[in-house]
Amino acid sequence: MDWGNILGQSITQGLGVLAVIYALAAIGLNVHFGYTGLLNFGQAGFLAVAAYGLAVTIVVLELPLFVGVVIGLLAAVALALLLGIPTLRLRADYLAIVTIAAAEIIRLLVRSVTLRDIFGGSDGINAFANEFFSYSPFSAGLELGPVRLSQNDLWVVVVGWTLVALSCLLVWLLMRSPWGRVIKAIREDEDAVRSLGKNVYFYKMQALIIGGVLGSLGGFIFAVGFQSVQPDSYATDLTFFAYAVLILGGAGRVMGPVLGAVVFWFLLVFIDGTLAQLVQNGTITFIRTDQVGQVRYWILGLSLMLLMIYRPQGILGDKKELALDAR
Amino acid sequence: MPDDDAAALEQADIAEERAQFAHTTIAGELLGRRKAVEALADVPHEPGVPKPDPILVADGIVRRFGGLVAVDVAHAEIQRGSITALVGPNGAGKTTFFNLLTGFDQPNEGKWSFNGIELKGKAAYKVARLGMVRTFQLTKALSRMKVIDNMALGAKDQKGEHFWAAVIPGIWRRQEQSIEAKADGLLARFKLDTKREDFAGSLSGGQRKLLEMARALMSDPDMVMLDEPMAGVNPALTQSLLGHIMDLREQGMTVLFVEHDMDVVRSISDWVIVMGQGKVIAEGPPDAVMSNPAVIDAYLGAHHDKALTDTGESLSFTEPE
Ligand SMILES: Nc1ncnc2c1ncn2[C@@H]1O[C@H](COP(=O)(O)OP(=O)(O)O)[C@@H](O)[C@H]1O
Ligand SMILES: [Mg+2]
Repeated sequence: MDWGNILGQSITQGLGVLAVIYALAAIGLNVHFGYTGLLNFGQAGFLAVAAYGLAVTIVVLELPLFVGVVIGLLAAVALALLLGIPTLRLRADYLAIVTIAAAEIIRLLVRSVTLRDIFGGSDGINAFANEFFSYSPFSAGLELGPVRLSQNDLWVVVVGWTLVALSCLLVWLLMRSPWGRVIKAIREDEDAVRSLGKNVYFYKMQALIIGGVLGSLGGFIFAVGFQSVQPDSYATDLTFFAYAVLILGGAGRVMGPVLGAVVFWFLLVFIDGTLAQLVQNGTITFIRTDQVGQVRYWILGLSLMLLMIYRPQGILGDKKELALDAR
Repeated sequence: MPDDDAAALEQADIAEERAQFAHTTIAGELLGRRKAVEALADVPHEPGVPKPDPILVADGIVRRFGGLVAVDVAHAEIQRGSITALVGPNGAGKTTFFNLLTGFDQPNEGKWSFNGIELKGKAAYKVARLGMVRTFQLTKALSRMKVIDNMALGAKDQKGEHFWAAVIPGIWRRQEQSIEAKADGLLARFKLDTKREDFAGSLSGGQRKLLEMARALMSDPDMVMLDEPMAGVNPALTQSLLGHIMDLREQGMTVLFVEHDMDVVRSISDWVIVMGQGKVIAEGPPDAVMSNPAVIDAYLGAHHDKALTDTGESLSFTEPE
């Protein structure tokens, strides 16, 4: 067993591009679900509109990177308004239904043959990140013990974790303010908040926009990190993994989604590497190497179930607080 | 400037003293109560009767749920500065009427005004901002928030509740301090000061009722609407809760409350409105209303166990210190 290699890869992934993307997606969900109590099951849609907004601006419109970023952000705001205006006055479950459907509609739209000239169909859009990498100050990759990052990945990761840090700072500032107090109160009981003279609809809309925009930052990193946008990267499993990340780390905690993302990707790669080696050296004979990819999800799913049973509040959550929910 | 500070302190002292003795007696009587009773003395005892100085006027309010007419109030007025009890058997439409007046539900017909402002079609939060706040029959404490945060939420016009201002604490910190000071004052009055840092969800049912009421008072309302404030409250707390409600009248607020216990109604209210099957069936001062045959009928129809005719002074109300 080459534990050094397994650990090195696990740590690399735990701090890598995917962890950044899921951290940002989950920070957005934390604003929606963890603090405001909004059930957004279409977070993938927010990442998708940002990633496609960026790629289309650069490749199709031939405009610079920053214009793409602005367009991606505007698209995320527009999506939040589109989802929120009809549903936020209704019961909570309507938002859940509408968001999950909207995210799928976006994926099928960018995938469609008719719009192939703009969105590239099922192949997506590729090779548009040159400008992004031209800003990189790094002239070599990183080799720190077992952690290895290519020159490009290093730049993506540095930008990514900076965005994560800034997002956490924003969430922290917001949630300790009177604005955050209203938001958390809405999670507890909307009608009580209304009876105290607060425009609940307006606050929910603001939360939906903020969480969507934070999630969309993950979309930008997804796009430049892989130098490619593909419709099927933004399927519903992205949203559900982001929820897993959030609940693992602790919903309603500023650092919950960040810790959740790191632990999630570390564990996934660690299980993967360990299983693969055990199969290769003949210790495990009942699965083949090509089945490891599936089995690691079973094990991760099982671990999440156990976590929910023994630590339902997540790693950073407060069990006392959770117990109060029952009234 | 030290002079200003001294003057401000003195002002604060006077204000505190006033607040403390707001309900002190003039010739052994509560001033607010006397004013309300005098104002209502000449008002005829009949359903929908006009009041000399109404703060709330409702006209032709109808709410149907499918075939059921839950509320059908032809006319109702609430006298400013009074404590008015809204009574009636279960299912009479009291809670629905509350919901309609406060914008939590929309009537099929009718209009109503508060302080002369038409409220028809106004969202619940706007009604609250206009100075008419309510509590709920099923208490709505914000469980996973601290008691002090529950209280602070009640304050009006908070700068820090605006998104962009929220991220710059310098903009709202001062106001926040004064809000907390006010909250601490109310918590002390409602004997919840020791619970300040506890989660609201850890309070007892009665304490939650107190918290909900204290929280509503954070906005300095003109009118407070309490839906069964005494329900589920430990009898030891009932007396102080009654004291607090009487205090609101002494501070110039108008109170409309739903209550089933006739002894409570008799001891604190200046006027009673009786609802039955959605309609106002009787109005008047407590004693007159309770001997009204229409009221007894309405109650005996639904409530055989309630001894309304028992007019003996079974409860002697003692004022809070
Ligand atoms: N949302 C609703 N849908 C259908 N019927 C309702 C609804 N709310 C209240 N009702 C009915 O309206 C009537 C009045 O109810 P309510 O206002 O709660 O009475 P009260 O508070 O006087 O006990 C009852 O018959 C109740 O069943
Ligand atoms: Mg009721």
